[in-house]
Amino acid sequence: MSIPLMVFLVFVVMTLGVTYWAAMRSRGASAYFAAGRRITAWQNGFAVAGDFISAASFLGVVGLIALQGFDGFLYSVGGFIAFVTILLLIAEPLRNTGKYTMGDVLAYRLRPRPVRALTALSTLTTILFYMIAQMVGAGALVTLLLTGSGINYNVAVTGVGILMIVYVVFGGMLATTWVQIIKAMLLCACAVVLTLLVLHHFHFHLADFFSAASQVSYHQSGIPVVRDFVQAGLRYKPPHGPLDLVSLSFIFAFGTAGLPHVLVKFYTVPDAKTARKSVVWAMILIGSFYVMTSVMGLGAAAIVGPDYILTHGGTNMAGPLLAHALGGEVFLAIVSGVAFATILAVVAGLTIGASASFAHDFWVNVIHHGRERRHGETVLVARMSALAIGAISIGIALLLGPSANVGILATFGMAVAASANFPVLVLSIFWRRFNTTGAIAGLSVGLLSTMGLLAAGPNVMGIDPPGAAASVRHLIQATPWFPLENVGIVSVPLGFFAAWIGSVLGNEPTAEARFNELVVRSHTGLGAEQASIH
Amino acid sequence: MSTSDAGDGKPTQEEWDRIAGSRQFQDLLAIKRLFIVPALVFFLLYYFLLPVLVGYAPKLMGTRVFSTVTLGYLIALSQFLVGWLIAGLYLRASAKFDRLTRDILDEVQLGHGGR
Repeated sequence: MSIPLMVFLVFVVMTLGVTYWAAMRSRGASAYFAAGRRITAWQNGFAVAGDFISAASFLGVVGLIALQGFDGFLYSVGGFIAFVTILLLIAEPLRNTGKYTMGDVLAYRLRPRPVRALTALSTLTTILFYMIAQMVGAGALVTLLLTGSGINYNVAVTGVGILMIVYVVFGGMLATTWVQIIKAMLLCACAVVLTLLVLHHFHFHLADFFSAASQVSYHQSGIPVVRDFVQAGLRYKPPHGPLDLVSLSFIFAFGTAGLPHVLVKFYTVPDAKTARKSVVWAMILIGSFYVMTSVMGLGAAAIVGPDYILTHGGTNMAGPLLAHALGGEVFLAIVSGVAFATILAVVAGLTIGASASFAHDFWVNVIHHGRERRHGETVLVARMSALAIGAISIGIALLLGPSANVGILATFGMAVAASANFPVLVLSIFWRRFNTTGAIAGLSVGLLSTMGLLAAGPNVMGIDPPGAAASVRHLIQATPWFPLENVGIVSVPLGFFAAWIGSVLGNEPTAEARFNELVVRSHTGLGAEQASIH
Repeated sequence: MSTSDAGDGKPTQEEWDRIAGSRQFQDLLAIKRLFIVPALVFFLLYYFLLPVLVGYAPKLMGTRVFSTVTLGYLIALSQFLVGWLIAGLYLRASAKFDRLTRDILDEVQLGHGGR
């Protein structure tokens, strides 16, 4: 048996143990959706980091830096910076006013049924984009990392899918949280070792490291070139590059604060104060990790070289190839195993986020007017929907196949979160005049404009040269109508504008009257959900 | 373990309104606003400075500061420091928010006969 497979199996056995333990002590809805609200600050900080740092960040960002230098590092900065928004605006009010989902905060003083129905829709859309990207990524990774182990794309996708269903259906949020904590620890340890190995390679002389990164030689369309990877401009070139970069920054600054599966983590702690501390823990971990991506990425460019990376698996393999070059077979195996653990922890978080929204927002509150017909119905529906979501994701990932162009999907999910979820969440917490009409307008305009602009942009539309590989082929072979890959600069303001104009046009005295209750509760925690007592 | 039902001792609409209008609560909001609004504005301006400069002034960002390290790379790294700094300052400021919040909650419980 190959070593990566063994590392992965150790992780699987450990996490299944955690799931068994969690299943034994998990009773009731608050236990299932919010881990009984008894997760501590550092634990939740690790879990949020484990939830947020997906394979796209670990493998994707290191690869981007290895191939496009400094411009790739801007993804790292953006990934981190989002948590300042969460810390200052979102985490504490969310914990104080909600119960299980983002929809709780919106439904607090608005008409619950239309608002929750739309929130569930935008939650499921966001998560589905993320999920498919992760599942296809997992399958594609396997074919690269475990060559010769007898595990192919279909087996990997199905295996990851089944494991995630087991974690979520049996272990709920408690098991998911611990899977994420373990994964965050493994991932951070891996990043520290890899960073130290890169610096060791340059005898801990930073000047040598940067000078190697400033003269990376490789081939571009067959012509040998030498480029400075510490300089900007390898990715974002005129005419549209600069504006695209600013547009991407909108999505970074506001998108994470609207990601439903990240937001639900703040319900797992006992109070707002712990939620606040846990964001700071997450910022320490995520920030340190992303600073290290620049050393790993530039190190991969200087030591492994873009030519070798592109011919040995492409962008996503930069990190593992660097591990191989510096630490040999065993370290490559460990990094590969941790990459799988990463995917597994992220898909489990996505599944519980989606199933909570479906069961709590849509099933109980929209269909059944907020009443459980039987005790424990919400949890039962959530378990069943986790099973369904898992099955659907496996199905779509198998259908798309390993060569599907999925890198863009995670960015799509983030764009929906920034343009639809974030504006209504902020306005509902901070603006007295906000009402149901505003929420409906903001959510639908944010969702539709994001999807529309993405579909009309160069991600989906473009004319490929004959013979282009299926994995990079554009869906629509035509000149794009919208010039930017990142739609945030238009869709985020549109989401806010629609929410504003809707609120001004609509008139809902009850929503305004209940703002006092919301504002007192969000700032003081008076009447907030309590941790369960065992 | 109880789920929230009507009539479980949660404040009434009049009580919410009274707390919202009270001096103490308004003070809490004012003092929070005093920290959060400038912190947020500063952070957003500082963050967006990076993509704007990298996109529109790549020459300037390519200025070497020491060895081959560029100004752009240092500004990117400084984003992490600024983020951590804001987090640290917020944690420090929030000790005062928590104290004011406790005072408000004590008052409310006294109003309920010290439950």
